[in-house]
Amino acid sequence: MKLTLKIWREGGQYKKGQFQTYQLDNVSEHMSFLEMLDVLNEDLIAKKEEPVYFEHDCREGICGTCSMVINGHPHGPNGGTTVCQLHMRFFKDGDTITIEPFRAKAFPIIKDLVVDRSSFDRIIQAGGYISVNTGQAQDGNAIPIEKEIASRSMDAAACIGCGACVAACPNASAMLFVSAKVSHLTTLPQGKVEGARRVHNMVKQMDEEGFGFCSNIGACEAECPKEISVETIGMMNSEYLSSIFSSNGKD
Amino acid sequence: MSWFNNFLNSSIGNKVLVSFTGLFLSLFLVVHLAGNLQLLINDGGHSFNAYSDVMGSNLLIKFVAYGLYIAIIVHAYKGIMISIKNRRARGNVRYAVKSKTKTPWASRNMAFLGSVIFIFIAIHMAHFWFKFKFGYMENHPDLTHYDVVVTGFKQNWIVIFYVVAQLALAWHLLHGFQSAFHTLGLRNGKYTKIITNAGIVFSILIPLAFAIIPILVYMDIYPLGQFTVIPGQSLEGGH
Repeated sequence: MKLTLKIWREGGQYKKGQFQTYQLDNVSEHMSFLEMLDVLNEDLIAKKEEPVYFEHDCREGICGTCSMVINGHPHGPNGGTTVCQLHMRFFKDGDTITIEPFRAKAFPIIKDLVVDRSSFDRIIQAGGYISVNTGQAQDGNAIPIEKEIASRSMDAAACIGCGACVAACPNASAMLFVSAKVSHLTTLPQGKVEGARRVHNMVKQMDEEGFGFCSNIGACEAECPKEISVETIGMMNSEYLSSIFSSNGKD
Repeated sequence: MSWFNNFLNSSIGNKVLVSFTGLFLSLFLVVHLAGNLQLLINDGGHSFNAYSDVMGSNLLIKFVAYGLYIAIIVHAYKGIMISIKNRRARGNVRYAVKSKTKTPWASRNMAFLGSVIFIFIAIHMAHFWFKFKFGYMENHPDLTHYDVVVTGFKQNWIVIFYVVAQLALAWHLLHGFQSAFHTLGLRNGKYTKIITNAGIVFSILIPLAFAIIPILVYMDIYPLGQFTVIPGQSLEGGH
């Protein structure tokens, strides 16, 4: 099939950023979206032009590296999938596809479609972990965990930290990401120990990075490739408010 | 104090302030509506005037009223500041293709809806509250509060303005009610259904009742019967 691609180019010869239009004549419907971009880049390299920079890694929807907004949808128009799981059979011959980077003040553009998501790393460093003592591993059944609680934690743990929630949110808020990490750890007994300090520090870091404030619109949930529910945001808010009243923590 | 200061300055802390003031204002709506419904009692304004006198003279009511003014200002100020902050969080370049994500219109336009309501409150207060408080009644000793309200609602443009404002209120509540509980952490899977449903009922019922009052007064329909006051009997006079 034939496609027209409008791709955001920024950095290098394109300086402040602009859309460039490219034509692709031989796109197979079996290609993934990223393979289609690979073909485009082969063409560009052959023509001695600069290839389009985009991020990718596992190409099986679990690493959270691919990051682009396709026709107004982060990760493209299909729900519950990442860009690498998007196939060209979902497009028609003659389509014009607009590809933009994730846009947020806290995700500055490095080049073309590549954005700097180290703000997420710093939020994790602020508290997105549990402290585990070294030594003999304890018996797996020593701490009983209710099935429902284990499932809630597991649902939140599905977050791959791709940043689509920030890209989709009209406020560029990172609440879905942060709440998924907080809920994942704090619902389990091992994570409860540091719960109050964790949520407090992660929210503080999130605010310092310049993300917007969540206003409970729900765009994040709709675009999340792992379908994390906005209820995790409710869980984190509850956790955050109890951390204020908790005796856990010192001035 | 660092925990508490962090909380107040945090994104969640700011939103908690908006939630609490919003819920307080929602509670006020119920009280205000209960008062307004007395306009529909077919007793020539006795009930409404009695209610209005209490509202104007009772010290406790006065005290709560100051809390109400503060709540309106905090809610509006924080709401606008959050909206500005959120607009900036996108960065300098906005998306070329408008977001295709399906989200409720009201949720994306809370600042706009809030501004419409704020303008309504300003005009509404100039229309009644200012007249009641600052000299108008003294200059027109033959008029009661009820007369001023009914005369106001006999003008069609005022009725239309009030109804439109209630429409904005309904949309604002449709998002705001459940959002307030979400921010307070109560909408986390355990109570999601009841909060969502109560929010829908509240945000349709309350504005609808508010809107219907000026319409009925305009049409001279007073559907409620008399409860306690017998027409012709002075309220201040002994029983």
